[in-house]
Amino acid sequence: MSNPLISARGLTKKFGDFTAVNGIDFDVYKGESFGFLGPNGAGKSTAMRIIGATSQRTSGTISILGKDPELHGPQIRAHLGVVPQQDNLDMQLSVAENLYIYGRYFGLSRKFVKGKVNELLAFAQLEEKRDAKVETLSGGMKRRLTIARALVSEPEILMLDEPTTGLDPQARHILWDRLFRLKEQGVTLLITTHFMDEAEQLCDRLIVMDKGSIMAEGSPASLIKNYATKEVLELRFGSDRNQEMGAKLRTMCERIEELPDRVLMYTEDGEALLEKIYSADLHPKTSLVRRSSLEDVFLRLTGRTLIE
Amino acid sequence: MFIPMAVAIAEKRVGKLGERVYSGRVPQLLERGFIAFKSSTYMIVISGFVEPVLYLLSFGYGIGKLLPTITVGSETIKYAAFIAPALLATSAMNGAIYDSTMNVFFKLNHDRIYHGMLATSMGPLDVALGEIGWALLRGFSYACAFMAVIAPLGLVESVWGLLAIPAAVLIAFGFASCGMAVTSYMKSFQQLEIINMFLLPMFLFSGSFYPITVFPQWLQFTVNLMPLTHAINLVRGLCLGHINMALLSHALYFVVMIIIGLIFTTKRLNALFMK
Repeated sequence: MSNPLISARGLTKKFGDFTAVNGIDFDVYKGESFGFLGPNGAGKSTAMRIIGATSQRTSGTISILGKDPELHGPQIRAHLGVVPQQDNLDMQLSVAENLYIYGRYFGLSRKFVKGKVNELLAFAQLEEKRDAKVETLSGGMKRRLTIARALVSEPEILMLDEPTTGLDPQARHILWDRLFRLKEQGVTLLITTHFMDEAEQLCDRLIVMDKGSIMAEGSPASLIKNYATKEVLELRFGSDRNQEMGAKLRTMCERIEELPDRVLMYTEDGEALLEKIYSADLHPKTSLVRRSSLEDVFLRLTGRTLIE
Repeated sequence: MFIPMAVAIAEKRVGKLGERVYSGRVPQLLERGFIAFKSSTYMIVISGFVEPVLYLLSFGYGIGKLLPTITVGSETIKYAAFIAPALLATSAMNGAIYDSTMNVFFKLNHDRIYHGMLATSMGPLDVALGEIGWALLRGFSYACAFMAVIAPLGLVESVWGLLAIPAAVLIAFGFASCGMAVTSYMKSFQQLEIINMFLLPMFLFSGSFYPITVFPQWLQFTVNLMPLTHAINLVRGLCLGHINMALLSHALYFVVMIIIGLIFTTKRLNALFMK
């Protein structure tokens, strides 16, 4: 493979006694969609801010396009499009003005930016909202505008911190569709998320983070293959009986997780396992066979669920 | 290899002074100011101009009836001509303070606009200078508008009074840079009130309405430390045509204020956004 666009070794960030990012290594290559998956407080956003040259590391090395963000902040930020977790659109300006002035902040010419604004309004499906004030937009529209704004400088790397948190399912799908298009155009995407479905949908490769450290790395499929079985059988016996039943079921499958509300049984064949359970005269209130997901990988690695 | 235009622009500054904190984008920030201004509420702008005019009317012509003239040094002048330069200096201060405190606080903590700005290839010094520049423009326009009122009324005694406009810009610059520095440390709207608690007594005691020589020594000393006192003395000296070395020292006071304010603002923005 060619040289990585972003390369971190032993990257560490401390805030006083608290270690937000604890010696992580990763490489991001051109054109790939790279994810940071982990619960809130895992250190994903901190890592993103260091890459975005708006936070200084405590120790370790990081190079972005061969440069150190600490020494070349403005030059590195010129390569990046940043979509922060919390929208920070300019509330005093209209939709189109937000895009326009953001391009100007990069020092781009008026003529170039004006052309770009029209293109981005179409991309974000906000043409009709062109002259609307930002505060009148819905959450999904604001998010699309923020992404469009991040694209005004034609960045090679687009960084998205929790891009769909707080959006309804439909708005999420529209957004995912836009991000797919960018990926097709060759933009390198960096995404943090605590939604496993988002990570599975969008990321070619990801690192699973917890408490500042990397727990695992790989493609969604390989992570599932390595850390989970093909299928999962979810059983509910009622909240007071899940644990008691879990003890009885333990010998029947490769691995079992007893959560307060349900028992998860990891197996290659969920239906077959379910039949065995019925024939053993154990009767769950509900049962569900599904494919393993990144949620199961996280549970295996940390003993906790992603969203708590 | 294809190099995006934004990158090419940023690379041009490599090796220049302050390349990590400054990218030469002050004009772009002022452009934002103009775009936002076009759709803003004009009331705030108008009130900043009307306030000193009201003071001039009520005090200049109210007290001026009881006290037609006042003696400054060896010269006797109209009371209104005594307070007009002070009000000019104060209006420059007010314009600068409004933009660099209230507006900055909102952008910093509420709308988080600076977070967005600093994710671009700009640096914190661009933001500091851009915002202060805008505050300065407001101070400048208030000074011009007020000058347009007092000059036809014959309240500017000397042609040196023309220099009161650039002096007002200097004053606005000093207040804006310190105002922004102080605001960057504020955590809540309530804390912003501290600034007002400082400004009002300063306005009342800085020799706006009567010479500070009426005060006891210790109070004169304190008042002489205040920036507005120097602002008033500077503008009044120019308007009355009393040109001497003291004016230079007043101007110097503001140069120092500008530098200190800029250093703290940039440091603080760096600490806030680059932590």
